[in-house]
Amino acid sequence: MLDLLKNQLLFSGLLIAVLMGAINLGVAYCTFYERKISAWIQNREGPNRVGFFGLFWGFHFWGYGQPMADGLKFLLKEEMIPDKADKPLYVMAPAISFIVSTIGIAVIPWGGYLDIDADGIVDVACQVANPDIGLLYVLGVGSLGVYGVVLGAWASNNKYSLFGGIRAAAQMLSYEIPLGLAILVVVLSCGEVRLENIVRAQIEGGGTWNVFVHPLAFFLLFVTQLAETNRAPFDMAESEQELVGGFHTEYGALKFALFFLSEYTHMIINSAFLCVLFLGGWHFPWIPGLGLEDTAWWAVLAKMAMLGTKIAGCVFVYMWIRWTLPRFRFDQLMRLAWKGLIPTGLGLVALAVVMTYFGIPGSESVWPKLIWGLGGNAAVLFMVVLVVGMSPAGVTGRQANMPPISLLSPAKRVPRADQGTAN
Amino acid sequence: MITEDDIIIVDDMRRDMSLTERFYLPQIAQGLSVTLRRMFTKRVTLQYPEMRREPKLEGDLTDPHSQLNASRYRGVHRLNRDPDGRVACVACFMCETACPAHCIHIDAAESPWPDREKYPAKFDIDELRCIYCGMCEEACPVDAIELTYEYDLVGNTRNEMIFDKGKLLEVFDETCQIKPRRNPRITGYAGTGSPDHQPARPTGEQH
Repeated sequence: MLDLLKNQLLFSGLLIAVLMGAINLGVAYCTFYERKISAWIQNREGPNRVGFFGLFWGFHFWGYGQPMADGLKFLLKEEMIPDKADKPLYVMAPAISFIVSTIGIAVIPWGGYLDIDADGIVDVACQVANPDIGLLYVLGVGSLGVYGVVLGAWASNNKYSLFGGIRAAAQMLSYEIPLGLAILVVVLSCGEVRLENIVRAQIEGGGTWNVFVHPLAFFLLFVTQLAETNRAPFDMAESEQELVGGFHTEYGALKFALFFLSEYTHMIINSAFLCVLFLGGWHFPWIPGLGLEDTAWWAVLAKMAMLGTKIAGCVFVYMWIRWTLPRFRFDQLMRLAWKGLIPTGLGLVALAVVMTYFGIPGSESVWPKLIWGLGGNAAVLFMVVLVVGMSPAGVTGRQANMPPISLLSPAKRVPRADQGTAN
Repeated sequence: MITEDDIIIVDDMRRDMSLTERFYLPQIAQGLSVTLRRMFTKRVTLQYPEMRREPKLEGDLTDPHSQLNASRYRGVHRLNRDPDGRVACVACFMCETACPAHCIHIDAAESPWPDREKYPAKFDIDELRCIYCGMCEEACPVDAIELTYEYDLVGNTRNEMIFDKGKLLEVFDETCQIKPRRNPRITGYAGTGSPDHQPARPTGEQH
């Protein structure tokens, strides 16, 4: 039996089964914790009533049965297809969305190598697939995610949905660029596009987590991933206040649930990706069993738990941000990408290029990397602040139609407290 | 186009943004710290079926979050009893007339007691139709109808939610401990609860 598992193909199959279960469960509890965290931020309790179908003497288990109840509700609702919808696309869109967001798990290195029978010879990699171009695969698959949104929006035959879809597409186009630039920084400093080797480069020799060397790139990647997953403050595709429900206005029951699941799956996969690129993947210093040479089954489990913890932390930040920040207006969103993030990203790539030219990433000690990285990041940040400080504040929206203050007679200017009585 | 006459400049609004505001991030960090602190403050939720706001009269209120002002809350109606235990209503139809939702139905009959002319033979309130505005209580000349602090009112059928005289008197019996009947503003009717109440007498003895 154990010998069968030494076959990487069979092991990958087992891993797929386990990961799909784990991630779907994680997604279910993401929806639960999304509601819990929103409640905590607003001084409420959140869902705390639903137990497990009244089993266990009806004990409520602090609401932990809520995801099951939600899922059951979605399952039992009526499947509606609008009359004028493009039916094949309408049905396909949630599926595309879900599949595309899920297949990203294939290349994430969940726990390094595994030595099943403890004979000192590594048997399998704890990774569904380990292609040479792992990072490019994640990039390609990640940007496919918008197809589900756009197709669903278009197929619903609803103008609000279409608005949502178009916004999602435009947003994705803009934010793919800083996303690519941030990833390029990692590729340059690790010299690798194979995800497993990127983790290795952060551990071995003079390696350290990329977040310490390139904090700005980490931040850039995080922000663009918020945009890529359509999470607040970049959830232009949903915009409940303006577009009803945005791209999923016309969706209900299980098809809506698929959109919902794909959003959270996308969050988890993106967090995993962020952790692998910048937070050292499954590695954590000072904890035994999380090293490169630890290949026993318990070490691999510990590594997976460590990566899971990091992912949970990232997902928490996603939720925390969602319940803190209001949504960007569309022109602000575009200005942030094209005038803010992309120039910053270019600066960071230039920094990484210079560092590579001087051979910093290959050095055996960690200090040159830290000094160059942090110094360079400080320089880029300083330039960004300088540019922001020197450029005039943008006049947008309603204010664009107003004459400058200096043209108005002083009598027209009233202190804030008196504004009600001015007329 | 906005003309200059239409414009009022509120000073603060056209103030230039400071550098930290234009750079977004410090402001975002500030917002995040606010929400993070919120997460660890005390929750305000009252776990309803297990915890309830305790009904109290106005003078005793110390914590409006967990206590209910019983003297003001407009919940289920009750029909007050006079000190002799009879229904205090004199079937004047003031409440039925005042009711904006037309949920009160009174059948008046000649009073069996000598101290008043009429009394309600039937007194029905459709609690589903009622909007709990309190107009009936305002209109009542003898303060016979009052709204109580009871708010969790449920039933399985519509008929069940039409409260008749007996039910409304029962509500009085249940709530008069916490919210005693207040003294009628008009005390001209004998036996409707004036402070110097005398037992009911034949009408002839009144001057």
